Amino acid sequence: MATNPLPPKARTAIPRQHMPEQEAAERAHNFSEVNLGFNFDITKQEALRCLACANPKCTDGCPVGVKVKDFIELILKGDYLAAAAKVREDDVLPAITGRVCPQEDQCEGACIMSKKFGPVGIGYLERFVADYERQTGKIGLPQNAPPTGKKVAIVGSGPAGLSAAGDLIQKGHNVRVFEALHEIGGVLVYGIPEFRLPKEIVRQEVENMKKMGVEFETNVVVGKTVTVDELLNEEGYSAVLVATGAGLPQFLGVPGEDLCGVYSANEFLTRVNLMKAYKFPEYDEPIYDCRGKNVAVVGGGNTAMDAIRSALRLGAKNAYVIYRRSETEMPARVEEVKHAKEEGIQFLLLNNPVEFLGDDRGWLRAASVIKMELGPADESGRRRPVPIKGSEYELPLDVAVIAVGTSSNPLVQSTTPDLKTRKGGYIEANTDTLKTSKPGVFAAGDIVTGGATVILAMGAGRKAAKAIDDYLCTGTW
Amino acid sequence: METQPFKIVEVRFLAPDVKLFRILAPRIARKQQPGQFVILRVHENGERIPLTIAESNPTDGTVTIIVQGIGKTTKHLNTLNAGDTILDVVGPLGKASHIEKFGTCVVIGGGVGTAIAYPTAKALHQAGNHVIAIIGGRTKQLVILENEAREVSDELFITTDDGSYGTKGLVIDPLKKMIADGRKIDLVLAIGPIPMMRAVAEVTRPLGIKTVVSLNPIMVDGTGMCGGCRVHVGGKSQFACVDGPEFDAHQVDFAGLTKRNALYRDMEKHSLVEFEQHRCKLSEAK
Repeated sequence: MATNPLPPKARTAIPRQHMPEQEAAERAHNFSEVNLGFNFDITKQEALRCLACANPKCTDGCPVGVKVKDFIELILKGDYLAAAAKVREDDVLPAITGRVCPQEDQCEGACIMSKKFGPVGIGYLERFVADYERQTGKIGLPQNAPPTGKKVAIVGSGPAGLSAAGDLIQKGHNVRVFEALHEIGGVLVYGIPEFRLPKEIVRQEVENMKKMGVEFETNVVVGKTVTVDELLNEEGYSAVLVATGAGLPQFLGVPGEDLCGVYSANEFLTRVNLMKAYKFPEYDEPIYDCRGKNVAVVGGGNTAMDAIRSALRLGAKNAYVIYRRSETEMPARVEEVKHAKEEGIQFLLLNNPVEFLGDDRGWLRAASVIKMELGPADESGRRRPVPIKGSEYELPLDVAVIAVGTSSNPLVQSTTPDLKTRKGGYIEANTDTLKTSKPGVFAAGDIVTGGATVILAMGAGRKAAKAIDDYLCTGTW
Repeated sequence: METQPFKIVEVRFLAPDVKLFRILAPRIARKQQPGQFVILRVHENGERIPLTIAESNPTDGTVTIIVQGIGKTTKHLNTLNAGDTILDVVGPLGKASHIEKFGTCVVIGGGVGTAIAYPTAKALHQAGNHVIAIIGGRTKQLVILENEAREVSDELFITTDDGSYGTKGLVIDPLKKMIADGRKIDLVLAIGPIPMMRAVAEVTRPLGIKTVVSLNPIMVDGTGMCGGCRVHVGGKSQFACVDGPEFDAHQVDFAGLTKRNALYRDMEKHSLVEFEQHRCKLSEAK
């Protein structure tokens, strides 16, 4: 029955396959994708490594519960389309999650092979089958249940919203997704750069969802253009899912942050990704001309890596990551840090800007940076960075991008009076059902948890979709 | 629900390079309040720019914007006509003007600032305030919305820099005179170029007259997401798109705003030159 012809020993003997990449020196100057994807041979080699555990841990490790063992089995059978369809049963955005998930903390982190032999490259395999499916155009879209006649409004078209929409449409409900920006995808289109997630892939996935029957309306800022109450009471929606993300940029609060050349990561990345400022003047939206300039990002997460690697591609002469802790504490994915280093990004670890200094025109010319050392652990379990007195130095800079996290956007909460929020303005929602304090209204993703990952938001979207379906079927809150 | 892209149903030049557009956008028309704005993107490769809503009609679902052709996007917009479409229009954004019965309100509109001030002036008038409108421009042709301003005010002053219409001088002059004459003023709303708003703030500051300005920093999303529009108000960083666009004029760091607005000047120039050349070629081809 088992498709894998190899005995376990032979499987573990195969080394984990490497992802082919664009050469670092080359890719540092273009926005094309860094990872090039597996070919058939590498895919087969990697799939052969799967031990097909009787009790696979990988699926438990996946926030949306992708049936990893089953789809790898289908790869080994050579039925890539069936493999992709298998992934799609639980994950509406396989080509995306195959690229941006932190697999090392999820499916691959849970893989039994991970300790001794290196985990099966589940993410790479997922990406391969999703790309194969897209290239053949034979998308294995699931069948929808008969129409229920119930309408669901989803606020926000990021990972949480899309994932919920995919599940709810399959249950036979009418689903309409409202997006504030002009393009569908939320952080997938404004945040994650082209070189990590080509926008064509997002567009294709959105097209797939349209084919499934999901309706999208762009240019609607819920809370401004229409309120949650109006959606429920006037537009005939039986349930509303708030999936607006954690969209408000945080700044450092140090002097000089309003100088020309200081950006939030949100702004910098939105200009580059959503508005395609890297193609100026073909596209109208401008961005600071980084060519030959000194650019620094402040922060150590994936967003920081995305921003600084974008700046490098825009032509920065020196591209720095300024991070107040050491590399061990950096929240960015190991792969992203590795890629950044290969491309020539300079890491100023245990450094922290205390002030931005401008010229007389009000443009950034330098940062005053202080060196840090690690003290005892703080409440997050990471060692607290402590400034070293008198260690300040001036770092010449033309552009600084602040990537120290985001907070909740209050637009929906402030216009929906009976929606309870907790500290930081995040929406209070039941952990299991994602029900809010307001009947008919659910909330999922970063707007509940604070900034997290694409896949966690997708997992939350699925959870909410299930609870919404229950609510619509039973009518009981 | 909006039919996208957004259809232009009426256009009218109010002055050379100043064009009025009535756009079909029922959702926005239904919710708009004075002081709020839209962000629009003309076409696929276009930038997002904010424009204040001059008027809206919830019945026919239209919103009116008034556009001064200055850069590439606004000049491109001004080539559009009734029946054409705008790819994206989103709103209404920003906080609505604070309207109550203050008493005597002086509403000052410099150039196209008049278009932005108009809806708030109207609301102040409807709220029972004695509205004194001062509108002006460099020259007669640039004085816009005179009839509309007259309708929503109890007194109207018109100024032009060159004296070709109304009184020769700046829009601030009648205000200075009123203050010198000892007239009691409860609120000043000043909307126009930054130097004009700044000058008004300096005139009213010593007297402690409540003064409101509407700011126009560079924006991208308009929903608080990017922070590009941050301005210093009262020593605190505020996002004009969600905390404004109207602020207490006496608290605004106008110098900082001016500097930030100059951030992309070279690129804006480049875009404009390219656009003008392209237009010339197009008209030659015709």
